[in-house]
Amino acid sequence: MNPRRKKRLTIVISILVGLSVVAGFVLYALSQNIDLFYKPSEIYQGKDDTGIKPINGQRLRIGGLVVPGSVKRDPSSLDVTFELVDMRMPIVFKDSDPVIKVHYDGILPDLFREGQGIVANGMLVNGNFIEASEVLAKHDENYIPKELADDMGEKHQKPSYSKEQLEEQNY
Amino acid sequence: MWKWLHPYANPEVSYHFIGKLLPWLAKITMTLLAIGMVWALVFAPADYQQGDSFRIFYIHVPTAILSMSIYLAMASAAFCSLVWQFRLADASAAAMAPVGAVITAIALFTGAAWGKPMWGTWWIWDARLTSELVLLFLYLGVIALHNAFEDKNLAGKAAGILSLVGVVNIPIIKYSVEWWNTLHQGATVSKMSAPSMSMEMFWPFVICFLAIAMLVTFVISIRFRTEILARNSMRPWVRELITAEGIK
Repeated sequence: MNPRRKKRLTIVISILVGLSVVAGFVLYALSQNIDLFYKPSEIYQGKDDTGIKPINGQRLRIGGLVVPGSVKRDPSSLDVTFELVDMRMPIVFKDSDPVIKVHYDGILPDLFREGQGIVANGMLVNGNFIEASEVLAKHDENYIPKELADDMGEKHQKPSYSKEQLEEQNY
Repeated sequence: MWKWLHPYANPEVSYHFIGKLLPWLAKITMTLLAIGMVWALVFAPADYQQGDSFRIFYIHVPTAILSMSIYLAMASAAFCSLVWQFRLADASAAAMAPVGAVITAIALFTGAAWGKPMWGTWWIWDARLTSELVLLFLYLGVIALHNAFEDKNLAGKAAGILSLVGVVNIPIIKYSVEWWNTLHQGATVSKMSAPSMSMEMFWPFVICFLAIAMLVTFVISIRFRTEILARNSMRPWVRELITAEGIK
């Protein structure tokens, strides 16, 4: 390689390496701010790397798995409460998991069900209770054909609403 | 070692060589697109949770993967052009940028259209979605720089530096779902282990991916030829071509 090309090659490569290092440091410094949500255990113990705990009245996002059997829906309105635990793969629920209770008054996304991962946006009220203003379903990366899911006993039912419940929402 | 490649550095040779490939690319693209889209949108089984909305996957995932691949190809071309001052590489980078931008926009749009019924929102500022949006802006910046200078060599240099800087964003997009917690799910197919879907859902994806990849190659090839002509319009061989074709 002739000297001029060699020089250009070194310049370009050193700029690229420098930039990657800078970007790496910036992302490392920002890493807690880039996380979209708190996990239920982090509400109790603080963020994994900084130990910063959210305070009562703070607006935050929480992400976790809906505990089976914890979803309680009011038959005449859209009010729903449910409990969340940390997401983990494979999905198992233990009694010792830290639990956060969520209350929400609105229409749940189609993918919402017990055992599903969700992200809720709301205010921390009582140390372990969140008044949510938005509930989003988090899809896992698994896709299963309907027939196969039926054979495996995996069922999914969209949250359904009665006419009365939907009318109530308009007020 | 690279001696066999040297003739293709000549714009005229490249122009005619790609011209010979084009009809074949067109045939392969059309066949794959027809098979892939019908298989994916009609015959592939519906997902147990999402029903038919899941079929957006067959357009969203290929375009999202390709948005990053095209960027890497463009940045490699820019690298060759910066280090070896290789003019044709500049032309190819200029040909790739708008195609990459469109593919990125399609990935973002299909993602939003899927997100609304499934997640419950069109958009959320999580790490994956935001970094993919940054990729779109990088493409737009590269296109703008290619057109900002009268002198195409200077324009290529400026755009090349921006595309090389933007490469930092590619691993961030790819690993955002692993490094941080996001609403966006992890990888289903583009990972080392087996895909997280059954084979009857996976094969249509492979065809769709190849089809869209071929479509992208096809469009870039056409743009590359046009770019060669535009940049060599004063050369005798282009003049001859114009008189032979009878276009003024």
